[in-house]
Amino acid sequence: MERSDPILKIEHLVVETTGRRPATILNGISLEIGNGETVCLVGESGSGKSVTSLATIGLLPKSALAARQGRILLEGEDLLTAGSSRLKELRATRMSMIFQEPMTALNPVLTVGRQIEEVLQAHSSLGAQEQRRRVLDMMEHVHLPDVERIYRSYPHQLSGGQRQRIMIAMALILRPKLLIADEPTTALDVTTQKQILKLIRELQDALGTSVLFITHDMGVVADIADRVCVMHHGSIVEEGSTDEILRTPRQDYTRDLLTSVPALMPREPRAEKSGEAILEIIGLGKIYSARSLFRPRQDTVAADQVNLVLRRGRTLGIVGESGSGKSTVARCAMRLIEPTSGSIRIGGEEISHLPRRALHPYRKRIQMIFQDPNRSLNPRLKVGESITEGPINYGVPRPNAVARAKELLELVGLPVDAIDRHPHQFSGGQRQRIAIARALAMEPDVLVADEAVSALDVSVQAQVLDLLDDIQERLGVAILFITHDLRVAAQICDDVAVMQKGRVVEYGPAEHVLRHPQQDYTRELLDAAPGKDWDFPNFRPLSSADLPAESFKR
Amino acid sequence: MPPRIRYSTGLPVPTTDGIGHSNFEKQEPAMFGYFLRRVLAAVPVMAVVALFVFLLLRLTPGDPAAIIAGDMATPQQLEKIRTALGLHEPIHIQFLTWVQRLMNGDFGVSLLSNKPVTTLIAQRLEPTISLAILTIILTILISVPMGVLAAWRHGSWIDNIVMSASVLGFSIPVFVTGYILIQIFALNLGFVPVQGFTSISKGIGPFLERAILPALTLSSIYIALIARMTRAAMLDVLGEDYVRTARAKGLDEKAVLFRHALRNAAVPILTVIGTGFALMISGVVVTESVFNIPGLGRLTVDAILARDYPVIQGLILFTSGIYVLINLLIDLSYAFLDPRIRY
Repeated sequence: MERSDPILKIEHLVVETTGRRPATILNGISLEIGNGETVCLVGESGSGKSVTSLATIGLLPKSALAARQGRILLEGEDLLTAGSSRLKELRATRMSMIFQEPMTALNPVLTVGRQIEEVLQAHSSLGAQEQRRRVLDMMEHVHLPDVERIYRSYPHQLSGGQRQRIMIAMALILRPKLLIADEPTTALDVTTQKQILKLIRELQDALGTSVLFITHDMGVVADIADRVCVMHHGSIVEEGSTDEILRTPRQDYTRDLLTSVPALMPREPRAEKSGEAILEIIGLGKIYSARSLFRPRQDTVAADQVNLVLRRGRTLGIVGESGSGKSTVARCAMRLIEPTSGSIRIGGEEISHLPRRALHPYRKRIQMIFQDPNRSLNPRLKVGESITEGPINYGVPRPNAVARAKELLELVGLPVDAIDRHPHQFSGGQRQRIAIARALAMEPDVLVADEAVSALDVSVQAQVLDLLDDIQERLGVAILFITHDLRVAAQICDDVAVMQKGRVVEYGPAEHVLRHPQQDYTRELLDAAPGKDWDFPNFRPLSSADLPAESFKR
Repeated sequence: MPPRIRYSTGLPVPTTDGIGHSNFEKQEPAMFGYFLRRVLAAVPVMAVVALFVFLLLRLTPGDPAAIIAGDMATPQQLEKIRTALGLHEPIHIQFLTWVQRLMNGDFGVSLLSNKPVTTLIAQRLEPTISLAILTIILTILISVPMGVLAAWRHGSWIDNIVMSASVLGFSIPVFVTGYILIQIFALNLGFVPVQGFTSISKGIGPFLERAILPALTLSSIYIALIARMTRAAMLDVLGEDYVRTARAKGLDEKAVLFRHALRNAAVPILTVIGTGFALMISGVVVTESVFNIPGLGRLTVDAILARDYPVIQGLILFTSGIYVLINLLIDLSYAFLDPRIRY
């Protein structure tokens, strides 16, 4: 890629927090993006990726952060010294931004057509007819169906992918030279993600836009980047072409990041153990009905004829996209919600229709680990209180419960003195360890992990997966693991069930399902996984021999 | 997902599952159904109020006629009142007769003046309603921009002034504010008359001349309340992603604040304005006394002092009706402001 005349050039940018004791957030970073080039800024949470993007478009939160040194040159013009009215002119016309969560990034009370039109109103003097025509035209360009209807729709009436297409239409309607994309596909399903990445590439080729793409996902990097900047603690630690970074990383940090990426290939199958079925789900169905006085009843089938068996010491993964019913199944299994039909057996005992009181003894046998440990731990309770609350509720004397909590904290790799601290004193990964200890305190037969590693950085994710594996070896607990991430499923699951629209479409040993998928939908999911051609931990592309032939060579 | 504001009306606020699928059906909003349900929900409320008002007199210990007539009544007077109220009938017949009369617009006759209650209320309605409306307009014009500005310049001197002013507005009693305003603008400067009321039918100018001071007096507390409310709601909304998106589009701050932020902050603000208005209708007693305005507040005071039960009952029914109507209007306006509240 020729880089004679960079579109964006950041020179020694220093960003600090405002206030009496300023902390450095960006430590003098420099980067360049050439014409039509895609540069990926990759790093874990807190590395300063988003701050870099916000500084560029001039939207650093004024009360908290300020650029102290350096220059940000957009086609030679310094954005840090530009006045606010000049910045307003440049936004949407020369540089645009799209964000992670298209639901919250769009205004819920204005129609999406109106929101795109605003860009034209602010930056052009076109008539109303012409504006509308241009908006509909752009909506066609981002491949939205039925544009007249969508033009009049509100964000909540669209799907996640459609919303992100609206964001892209809004960002690119005035053909800016630079598009800043801050994790634009992280909140989307893999198949949607694939379509959005393709769309960005297509529009980039058509319009000659340069893209600064922020992501934490090495798979996405492998698929779309021309060049990569790896960020760590507010510095760019390594920079190079995508091939250089993925094949021959020079820095330890980059190597760690790459080796943490779980492989899409399932691990070696484990030897079948004793095989006592601890959790059986038979013909499970869940229907949500919306009743209204003025409308016929509307039923939503969230789960239909689901049959699953989980054996002691084994891990069963339920994978699927959002709305596929995987969480519904997990919540029914725990009797957090009432199943409409079918049966749930724990250790052979039918629990699907037990009343609340009779359910009490079974509750401790099946425990849950939630997605976001920042919200699943009560911030006002000390860690020890959170862990011991359950056992004490089941009649364990307090001193015994506390002693057990200390053992569990050691088991999950935390210091014993953590027992007297509060959740906010721990990192995300540590908090998830606490959540695991809390679940284990009940000495359950089954752990239900609902997207338990999805909110974690990839290096932390690897550690928590190792921990779960280790705990399973030691305690023989069975794990029901719900995830949208096939890589994670490949690393931890013995068996995998693929769900789509409330039904299990494919179910079997992970080795079979992920390596030799029989169903089109499973193939589609595998095919959409970003970076599927790369073997990240070994710094090489997957050779064709490693690839499951049925799934990728069609 | 950030936690959503929970509105005090008990309306469920739509949420999403975080990945982007809305809980709502993808179909045209059923505005009519929403409207009808809201209207129907008002019926049982009014029925309960009517029952309460009826029982107010019947269930007080002792003979209602004696309570109404007072200590000095003669047996003839008592008998006359009993007949007038139909107290000889069984209680459920009394209630049915009473409700039937209400339906026909017959609220009874004042014991004091012998005029129909509806006539009495109608006579006093204009001053109170026009004063309340003027107050609300003043309140919105002053408080909403104040709140928006304070939130926009959060932590600055503007914010501090707005917040201090609203503490003042809360803490000074209405009659003090009233007399201070009279002292300055009517007595010292002579801009407006001291007291009284001129009907709006005699022209906007003369009406405003007399109504402006009471309206300002009355609005001081509401300005304080709504400015704070607006500021808080705007502070929440200004942290939202779509406000960042609006700025990233290069919109000017006016569009960001009013088109994007204020409309999203409007639901809680509107709730407070609506309830404020309803409270005002019944809470103008003091202001009407200070400014000697012949409105509903004065009628209420007179009726209570004279134990004029039919008038008291009529007033309670009437103000409850206004409450229900205003709440209905607030609910309906939510649906116009926020497309997600249409179901």
